[in-house]
Amino acid sequence: MKSFTVLSGIAAPMDRANVDTDLIIPKQFLKSIKRSGFGPNLFDELRYLDQGEPGQDCSNRPVNEDFPLNQARYQGAVVLLARDNFGCGSSREHAPWALDDYGFRCIIAPSFADIFYNNCFKNGILPIVQDAEVVERLFQQMYANEGYALTIDLQRQVIVTPDDSELGFEVDAFRKHCLLNGLDDIGLTLESAEAIRTFEDRWREQSPWLFGSLA
Amino acid sequence: MSGKTLYDKLWQSHLVEQRDDGSALIYIDRHLIHEVTSPQAFEGLRLAGRKPWRIDANLAVPDHNVPTERQERAGGIAGILDPISRLQVQTLDDNCRDFDITEFAINDPRQGIVHVVGPEQGATLPGMTVVCGDSHTSTHGALGALAHGIGTSEVEHVLATQCLLQQKMKNMLVRVDGQLKPGVTAKDVVLAIIGKIGTAGGTGYAIEFGGEVIRNLSMEGRMTICNMAIEAGARAGMIAADETTFEYVKGRTYAPRGEMWEQAVAAWRDLHSDDDAVFDSVVELRGEDIKPQVTWGTSPEMVLPVDGVIPDPQSLASAAERESVERALKYMGLAGGTRITDIKLDKVFIGSCTNSRIEDLRAAADVVKGRQVAKSIKLAMVVPGSGAVKEQAEAEGLHEIFTAAGLEWREPGCSMCLAMNSDKLGAGEHCASTSNRNFEGRQGFGGRTHLVSPAMAAAAAVTGHFVDVRDW
Ligand code: SF4
Repeated sequence: MKSFTVLSGIAAPMDRANVDTDLIIPKQFLKSIKRSGFGPNLFDELRYLDQGEPGQDCSNRPVNEDFPLNQARYQGAVVLLARDNFGCGSSREHAPWALDDYGFRCIIAPSFADIFYNNCFKNGILPIVQDAEVVERLFQQMYANEGYALTIDLQRQVIVTPDDSELGFEVDAFRKHCLLNGLDDIGLTLESAEAIRTFEDRWREQSPWLFGSLA
Repeated sequence: MSGKTLYDKLWQSHLVEQRDDGSALIYIDRHLIHEVTSPQAFEGLRLAGRKPWRIDANLAVPDHNVPTERQERAGGIAGILDPISRLQVQTLDDNCRDFDITEFAINDPRQGIVHVVGPEQGATLPGMTVVCGDSHTSTHGALGALAHGIGTSEVEHVLATQCLLQQKMKNMLVRVDGQLKPGVTAKDVVLAIIGKIGTAGGTGYAIEFGGEVIRNLSMEGRMTICNMAIEAGARAGMIAADETTFEYVKGRTYAPRGEMWEQAVAAWRDLHSDDDAVFDSVVELRGEDIKPQVTWGTSPEMVLPVDGVIPDPQSLASAAERESVERALKYMGLAGGTRITDIKLDKVFIGSCTNSRIEDLRAAADVVKGRQVAKSIKLAMVVPGSGAVKEQAEAEGLHEIFTAAGLEWREPGCSMCLAMNSDKLGAGEHCASTSNRNFEGRQGFGGRTHLVSPAMAAAAAVTGHFVDVRDW
């Protein structure tokens, strides 16, 4: 996994509540058996005026000029400002894959859906929860200032705004450690293989009906 | 010290390791796999040179992409017309063979929607931890299990370690007491719950559904309720195990037998919250108050009783609310102030892991029996949740009732629930659907979904618009 230490760059808006994972990456793109290449189809239904199909060349599709990601001022954005309950709906990990493939490494919102929140960390994306008023302020500042950029310092757990004020944020210690060091969850868990085996032996003895063969 | 909730008990019995930072390693008893969220996980295993930790814990079934039309289906994987779908189903087949995982392949009679198949085969049992790369895994909580969806990285993690790294959730009790009125079903109950607490109401919680109404539901009804816990924001929904549960599980293919059955049931009798358990949040509804429900917008919380009137955005106090209702109405092509019963429909879909079990099909058949689908309806389809459901329905002659009334009778799969195969809505079409999500584009680009119970969908098929099944 890619590590996440300090991130600096343009912020872009996704200014509506309850953005679900179908909206982040529509289901027709879930047919891919790969992990990469979803970026051009991020927010497909909002970004383009036609219906997207997998495997298509997106560079000559008609775009929705009103959608922020199609506007010059938000090109190259790495931080996404979002509203309540971002990432609700289906558990598809294609949603963080698409955000990452597009270039977003951090999402700031008043709240996130649980599975999406979790999936972000597994893909080197940092989801940050801030109070709704704080998020609103960031939105206003971003709209008012072209080229509005934020710096996210994970080690110090702060968002630094262009006027150098700092906003603290919470992040679970273990997830922070993994992100900072780009650690693979599976490798870490397998360090506990002994404990898993001990548990499994006892559990099998206690509940043998859970261990039948399905063959 | 206060007692434990069902969730607390399931969590504690599967706790392998508690870490100082609050995270924990939880043992997983059953891992269900389908073709959409697993290819990248198997690829990850291969790249790292890892093997599944316990092969017998895994069960795979293709469901999202499989065609439901008999002719296309008959050709098996090779017969799938869409090459990308075909590759995904083929990839699942290949991965299961390579890793020696049991798969109910495309035309196996046991194939079906993963959340219908698991309980039906006894592959998901009370007291288990169940995960799958699919958010509607919450369905299996109806058996008194801890079940929730996971992402693809976690699919790989479970394959490799038989564990998940988790943070314990908070406890919520949703209690529905009293009695349901005739014509009101589990689907209406869960939609009413979502209408009350909102789609983020359960975020961060494991929800236990309890109360007299829930106790009186069949297992099918309980699964419908837990299925949509995720639409209420909760990863996991669950219901205490009781005689109804044991009765349902008994005799299923992978359920324990003989002496082991007795031993299992004795253990399962503890799968309920203690009387003095304390919940972080409690929500209460009365069964008598619940009417048949219909969603009118683009989020499951945009739901009303069938005799309701769509809100007029101008009448809403908050700007944010006004904006979200306006956007939903624009997408749905509906005006504020419209009566639910005046919504005209183009298609009807009866199926999905929410409502494609035998009881659902019986309810729908009851309504259409001896009647005809309205001329204005372009397509009305019934998609059984599994091969076993299909077989049972055909044995009862339900398929004949459907086809005589003008509904199509299909092969099992997810179908138009998410339109990954060729079953789709056209742009602007309104559909009465028994599925679980009415998001923009969910059932096809520009498609407009109204979530309802099977009986309500069937009645809508006959009349061409929504009607109150209680007056049927
Ligand atoms: S029926 Fe629909 S909700 Fe259920 S697993 Fe299939 S696609 Fe998902």
